[in-house]
This record gives sequence, C-alpha cells and structure tokens, in this order.
Amino acid sequence: MSNVPVELKYAKTHEYARVNDDGSVTVGISDSAQDQLGDMVFIELPEVGQTLAAAEACAVVESVKAASDVYAPVGGEVVEVNEALVDSPETVNQDTYGEGWLFRLQPADVAEMASLMDAEAYEEFLASEVH
Amino acid sequence: MTEFTEKNANTMKKKTPLYEEHLADGGKLVDFAGWEMPINYGSQIEEHNSVRQDAGMFDVSHMTVVDLTGERTREFMRYLLANNVDRLKDSGKALYSCMLNEDGGVIDDLIVYFLRDDFFRMVVNAGTHDKDMDWLNKQAAAFDVTVTERPELAMIAVQGPKARAKALPLLSDTVRTAATELKPFFGVFDGDWFIARTGYTGEDGFEIVLPAADAATFWQQLRAAGVRPTGLGARDTLRLEAGMNLYGSDMDESISPLEAALGWTVAWEPAERDFIGRAALEKQRAQGTKQKLVGLLLEGKGVLRNHQKVVTEGAGEGEITSGSFSPTLQRAIAFARVPKATGDTCQVDVRGKLLPARVVKPPFVRNGEAQIEL
Repeated sequence: MSNVPVELKYAKTHEYARVNDDGSVTVGISDSAQDQLGDMVFIELPEVGQTLAAAEACAVVESVKAASDVYAPVGGEVVEVNEALVDSPETVNQDTYGEGWLFRLQPADVAEMASLMDAEAYEEFLASEVH
Repeated sequence: MTEFTEKNANTMKKKTPLYEEHLADGGKLVDFAGWEMPINYGSQIEEHNSVRQDAGMFDVSHMTVVDLTGERTREFMRYLLANNVDRLKDSGKALYSCMLNEDGGVIDDLIVYFLRDDFFRMVVNAGTHDKDMDWLNKQAAAFDVTVTERPELAMIAVQGPKARAKALPLLSDTVRTAATELKPFFGVFDGDWFIARTGYTGEDGFEIVLPAADAATFWQQLRAAGVRPTGLGARDTLRLEAGMNLYGSDMDESISPLEAALGWTVAWEPAERDFIGRAALEKQRAQGTKQKLVGLLLEGKGVLRNHQKVVTEGAGEGEITSGSFSPTLQRAIAFARVPKATGDTCQVDVRGKLLPARVVKPPFVRNGEAQIEL
C-alpha cells in the first residue's frame, strides 16, 4: 500500500499540497505517483516568481519509464523551488513527502484548497484507479 | 501528473512458470505481448547496474523456442534466413539473423543454434509468435522440415560479469565442465536443459533453456547465489546501451535490415545462395537506402523517448525508434532512423523543445565500459 499522509491534500493528477504555517503551499507528487513512475532521472521545475493557475502544467518529472507533467494543485506565485532535485532526482523516489518536494507557492485564493481531496478521499480515488 | 493508464484488463494473460517467483520477489507485473511479466522488482536502475557490475537474471520464458528437424533442415535454414547458417560449422554454435519477407522487410530477428544438420533450434520473439509460427510452417512444408514449438520449456537469462561464476556451480555435474569451457555464442545440451553463452545485455552470461518444472527451483538457487531478479525495464536499457535492436521498435516488416543498422547480418556471399527477401534487398542495395539507423547521445539534460522527432541540418527529419536514459552513462541515449545524409549532430524535439544531440555509433556500453566519449 502506498503512503498517504493524513495532513496533506491531494489532486486527481497525483500531486500533494501541504499548507505551511506561513500560508504557503508545498507541492510534490504522491508516493503512489512516484512508485508508478519508477526511478526518477530528470526533473524540470517552474521559475521562482512565476504565477500559476490551478491545474496549470508547471513542472515535469521524468523516470526511466516515462515523462509526466506536474500540475499546480492551486493557483498562486512560485516562491521557492527545490533546486537540489536537479542533481538528485532520485530524492523524489526516496522521500517524496520530505526532501523530495518540488516547489512552494503562495496561493492566490486559499479557498481553492477546498477542491482538493483529503487523504481518505485520495485513498479511495487510488483504489478506484486499480481495476 | 497525468493520470495512470496501467493496463489491467481482465483478459486472460499468459503466465510463465516463474510467475509465483516474480510475485515473491516483489515484481511489478505488466502486460507484455499478452504475458504478465515483471517490468521491475523495485528499482530498474539498480537492477540495470547489477547486471553491469555483478549478475542479474531475467525470466525470458515468454520467448518462443522452436526446434526444426528433418534431413533438409540446413538447406531450409539457408533459404529462410538472411544470415547464412553455413557460417555454423561446429555443433552448438549460434547465429543472429533476421527472417525476412519477400519484400526484404523484417518478420522477426532471432538466434539460431546449429545442433546437427537435421536439427536447428531457434529462439524468436514473444510479440511475433503467431506470425512467426505461421511463416515457419508455411515455408518449411516445401523442405519436409518439422517445426516444433517447445512451450513446455522455460528460459532464464543470467547476465553480468559474475553471472557465469554464480550459475556454473548450480548446473549438473555432467555439464559443468562443458558449460565452463563454452565459448561465446555457443550452446550445449544437458538432457532437456540447453545452456548457451549468449545474451541481450552486452555482458557475459548464459541463456538457459530448461523444463518448466525445473524453472522455479533454479531461479531460487540463482537468487540464493546472489543473482538479482531483473525486469524487462532494465532489459530494455541494457540492450539499448549494448547497441542491440528491439523488434517492433527499431525494425519491423516495413523496414529492411539495411535501414536498421543490420546490414552486417545479411550474408551476401555466396552470391548463388537464394534466401527469402534477397532480390528485394539486392535492389535496395543497388539503389541505395534513403535512411539509416544511428545512435544518439543527448548533449544536455532531458530524456530521449521513442517517436520523438529528429531534426537535422539540411538532411530532413527522422524519428527516435528507441530512446531512454542510460543508467551507465547518466545521459539520454537513443537509436534514431534518420536521413542518409545526416551528419555528426542533430536536434531532437523533446516535449516541444529542440535539444542538441550527437550522432554516435553504437554500442554505447560493452562489458561494463562506456564505448563513446561523453
């Protein structure tokens, strides 16, 4: 079973969103997503200062198997990106919820968070995807 | 993240005799040509590296073993294959060849072992099973050659610099000496077992054909000897690094060996040997081919993938036929079919961006060592 931390929110496109104390949101891909993609070999991050709309494609994670777009779970401005991943993409496989985060954004409208799934809903969603 | 499209249709997929072992080893199973096969057992890159540095094993039981028997078998093989089985003089010797249609297109690529003049064994691809068997049966009739598929046999490839040392103690006492002394591209029988020093990784090792009933035990013994289960994912990156074509990606029935960097496998001499597809190939050789298959090395970051567009300076466009990340080189590599006039460099359309790539001559890696300068 994949790891789905209860304190996070999840998008149908398999990103997670963590609301930080300062109101910013840290974004990465779920454990299920990294497991499906397999060994990461290349990661393309958004630019700091870039303004994203919710569901906008803004990063790419590439594994040996496939390239996959990452979509912004909520709209906002990118305030920080995880540069360490450029040289160590495997960190996403090893610790996606910790050191393997992709970028942090300042949401334009916090209410958009409500459109994301909680852990329970995401687990049900994952189960529904496996037939 | 785009949504997953893991195929899990309820159609009956075929299982090899090692299916339970794959489950026990934590294999991630996917559909491959109708077979439920492990793509990896956790980390494709670690599995790849094990084969380059130590020893890995692959379940290749989905591949088709076909025995050809009858007095005129050598004569038939001489006609059936683009390579010439008359190069095989010693019993057990193997040959890589394409099997062509009348138009010179590749029906399949295969390994053929000469055992006796009235007995050859072929190993053909899983994805081409039905059309291969149809073709073989159709062509063999005129030579009174009997075509016998051997679905009761399993096949395990043990590959890597330490593969032979780890596998040899597990073989029977009767064959161990012969297997130890086996030269590259030779095979030897041991009852129902057939041990060959061949592979699809660019490393030393064995491909072992054995009764299905013996497969699980042998797999367990290999695992206990420190041979790592390795999935089809690593098999693909290993063969790509080794400069070996994959049927269906790098060539098919619309492509001749001359357009697939397989001209070396076509035996033109002796000129009087007629083989299926010869006339079409000779015509193509005389007229010249318009395209060629080359190796590509991506200069910067990114990953080359199948079907990406290749743009050349003044020569036109081409396409990547096999592309991936090379775990050994830590760079993206590919085979691409490009216009004949393509020079030393090109660009590849990687997700909408044109990235510079260098045209190189495969193999990229052999026996653990990089063969091209980065």
